[in-house]
Amino acid sequence: MLTLTCPCCGVAAEETELAPGGEAHLKRFGPGASDEDFEGYLFARKNPKGVHFERWRHAMGCGKWFLAARCTATLEVFGTYKAQSPEPPPEIIAAIKARRPDWKGYS
Amino acid sequence: MSEPISALAGKNAEGFARVSEAGLQGMITLRGNLASAALAAAVKAATGCALPGNRGIHTKAGKAAAWMSPDELLLLVPYGEAEATAAALEAALAGEHALAANVSDARALFRVSGAKADQVAMKLCPVDFARLPQGEIRRTRAAQVAAALWRSAPDEISLVCFRSVAGYVFDLLAISARTGSELAPA
Repeated sequence: MLTLTCPCCGVAAEETELAPGGEAHLKRFGPGASDEDFEGYLFARKNPKGVHFERWRHAMGCGKWFLAARCTATLEVFGTYKAQSPEPPPEIIAAIKARRPDWKGYS
Repeated sequence: MSEPISALAGKNAEGFARVSEAGLQGMITLRGNLASAALAAAVKAATGCALPGNRGIHTKAGKAAAWMSPDELLLLVPYGEAEATAAALEAALAGEHALAANVSDARALFRVSGAKADQVAMKLCPVDFARLPQGEIRRTRAAQVAAALWRSAPDEISLVCFRSVAGYVFDLLAISARTGSELAPA
């Protein structure tokens, strides 16, 4: 069971109240991009075992999108943060580094 | 003009708690910038309540203002006043980026009352009721559908859902409240 705290309303919502939105921080390639870039934007996902950044929507609650950092292997949640973040904020990075010293960092 | 009628016309069920459909209730959805002073003043004029903070619900003399999301409020007023109140809000917020809509006939309101009312909702919603104080509204799911609930009195929970699923939600609550199905018999 995954419990994420929605940064918009502050509710500690469990998985069934949320809707998953896939990998976070994707760079969009639209019209004018090369076929390789567009294909990568559409299909290439990191799918790591370990630290992962995801989009979630508090679908049954306040209805807002937010981002979460968690471990795909242990379901440990490192933190949640605003959907309007182009990259993970420093406090999230610090929380991950504290728990996973060998983590290679966000790239 | 047709006669307004609530989703289940005040249907009741008795068990270890009492479940009843609360009848006609005026509800207004208000979307806009909750930080705006004009919106706070309009809410005060419409309900007499101050703007609620995150997840808050303020009640005053049969009216209420509830926080639904960072840009949405639910205002509860008597059914007959809903249309006029929505119009007054629209007028007060002219020029603001805001929307007030009378959704009274699109929703259903239930009340679960009794000392063990919590247990009825506990079976259906992924909510920690021990940490749900009075004055807080919680949007969640009731089994498979979206709902919002709050403690409207010490031994009473009010639950709002869409009218289209009112029959489903009533059955859920009534079955959860069946005598003998208490969670911790004491």
